[in-house]
This record gives sequence, C-alpha cells and structure tokens, in this order.
Amino acid sequence: MLEKVKEIIVENLGVEEADVKPESNFKEDLGADSLDLFELVMALEEEYGVEIPTEDLEKIATVNDVIEYIESHK
Amino acid sequence: MVGKIKGTGSYTPQYRMDNNELSTMVETSDEWIRERTGVVARHIAKEETNSEMASKAGENAMKNAKVDPLEVDLVIVATNSPEVQIPSIACLVQDNLGLKNATCYDLVAACSGFVYAYNAGLSYIISKMYKCILVIGSEALSTIVDWSDRGTCILFGDGAGAVVLKEEEGNYYLPATHTDGSKHNSLKLYPKESPYVQMDGGEVFKFAVSKVPTVVEEVLEKNQVEKSEIKYYVLHQANKRIVESVAKRLKEPMEKFPMNVMEYGNTSAASVPILLDEINQKGMLEKGDKIVIAGFGGGLTWGASIITW
Repeated sequence: MLEKVKEIIVENLGVEEADVKPESNFKEDLGADSLDLFELVMALEEEYGVEIPTEDLEKIATVNDVIEYIESHK
Repeated sequence: MVGKIKGTGSYTPQYRMDNNELSTMVETSDEWIRERTGVVARHIAKEETNSEMASKAGENAMKNAKVDPLEVDLVIVATNSPEVQIPSIACLVQDNLGLKNATCYDLVAACSGFVYAYNAGLSYIISKMYKCILVIGSEALSTIVDWSDRGTCILFGDGAGAVVLKEEEGNYYLPATHTDGSKHNSLKLYPKESPYVQMDGGEVFKFAVSKVPTVVEEVLEKNQVEKSEIKYYVLHQANKRIVESVAKRLKEPMEKFPMNVMEYGNTSAASVPILLDEINQKGMLEKGDKIVIAGFGGGLTWGASIITW
C-alpha cells in the first residue's frame, strides 16, 4: 500500500519519490498547503473508495497517518 | 434556430485594492493569498452600485453587438448582491438604458448565475418567445463580504459583464446543469444568522474540483463534441488553483483556460461574462470557434454550456 500511496502523493504534490517517507509530514516536509491536501485526499478517496471528511483532515499530518486512516476505514 | 452571442461588454470598478492593502485590514499576506488563490488584486465598487455596473456592462455589450435599445425584448441579470430588494436590478438597467420594449428580471444562482441565465436566454430564443436578449452578470460582493473574515474577504471582488443574444439560423447545444440543495449550508448568506457571506472553503473547493470536470465531460458527451474541438474553457473565476486542478483532471493544457482571477478576484455571477468580454476584446475568438462556459457555486449549483462563436 505504501508504494501506491507514494505514487499518488508524488503525482498530486509534485514532489520527488525519494522525499516521500512514511514519517514525512505533508506540510512541513512536502510543502503541501491545505488545498494540496484536499486534492490529495480526493485522489486517495477515488483510489481506495473511502471518504475522508474535512474534519478528519486535521488528524492527518504524515504519510503514515494517511495509510493508517485508509486501513481503518476501508 | 440558435441564440448567438452578438456582442460582449463589461465594467469593473475604478478602485483597485491589492493584497498589500488588504493585509492592513486582516491578518494575511500577499504571498499567502497569491499561493492559495492566484488573486493579486480585486476591484471594489466604492462609487458605483450594482445596477450602475450592470448598466454599463449592458451598454457596452449593446454597442459591441450594434443593437438598438428598442430592439432588446428581454433583460436577465444574474446577481447575488443587488443594492435594492425590489425591484430587480434588471428593471434599473432597463430604465438606465432606455430598453422600453424589454421584459426584465433577475436570476439568483450564486456563481453559476451567468451560465444559468445564458441557458434561460438560449431557450427563450429557441422557443421564439424572445428574439434579442441582454444577459448580464453583475456583483457588488464587497457589500455582502465580512471584511474582518480573512477566509472570505480575500477572495471576492466587484464587477459586471454582459452579452447580447440574438436569434440566428443554426444549431444549439444542450447544456448540462445540476443543483444540490442538500448542501445549502456550504456557501450561504442567511440574513438572520449574519449579514455576510459564509463559506466552508474546504468543502466548496472539493466540490468544485470534483464536479466541474465531470459536468464539462457531461456536456461534451451529451452533444458529441470532442475536447479537441474546444478552443477555450471559460470557467467561473473562483480560484486559480481550482482552474488548474480542473485542467489537470480534464487532461487539457492550461493555454485553453483563460484566467483573470488575478486582477478581479472572484466576482461570482459576473466572472464568466467579464472574462468572455476580455478574450473577445483581445481578438482571441473567431467566428465558428467552440468554447465551453462553466459555473459553480452556492446552492450548490453547477453547470456547463457549449457556445459556438
């Protein structure tokens, strides 16, 4: 799952794959702002068929957080 | 029979407020606003009223179309920010421009207003109910924006745009439009709660980025028009990031998406006709060109139409 999520992150945030690590923080390490995160979330929602409500976005800071969120809501 | 756009016109207020000026009013910065919205400045109606801007845009469109005031038999003004509640802004436009033979009314569909009004005008012409229609989008949003809310006041601006639709032989395209009233809380002005526009920015952003590409695909498919046939997509100018995201999702180059949100901000129902007039005045449109116009906003409302120039 990490590889696929990485791919989606690289495509949506325009970052280098080598920079995307499980512990990477979207805002601090990957330079994403809130609108980038919305676009990323939408791409993940489409890929995994989960819904990530806006209020839950606050709980998601790192790549690991996203993977855990999807796994527990699938 | 088709309703052809015979002329365009616009009017934007003299007063230009850049991001730096705004930064003295709320806690924000030029860089922050530019990165998230693309907006550099907006024009504010300090001297003008909504109906005065609508009238000037309408007058300019009639000049461009070489239409006599007495020829106009219908005026539709799409607006969310009229300076009077009764009568409609369209009645004031009629009086200002001497459109004595016209029937006049306003239409409210938030930022989709102009697209809905264009569709209404087109259907009147096809049905032969009216022959020469002035369709205007006009907003004085500065009068309904909370200037202490940095989440919204940085986005909006004032202005008006207009087109003249006239009957002509030819084929028309069916529009694609939608409304989702269950999301009425996402973008609203409920006077008993607050005199200002309230918006759930995140929800509206997600809505726009997901629904606009879908409705554009829908209108193309419905009319069996290929993306390669479309010269420009004239989208409601809500936010540069939305336009970029829509382009990416449609897999179409940014060159096909003219933008002026940088200079005017989000002018709601006025943004599509102001941009149409801008690209028309620049000579970017030739007879026979196909373009798509698309609006999206409070309601929620969204829609797209194909126009042959």
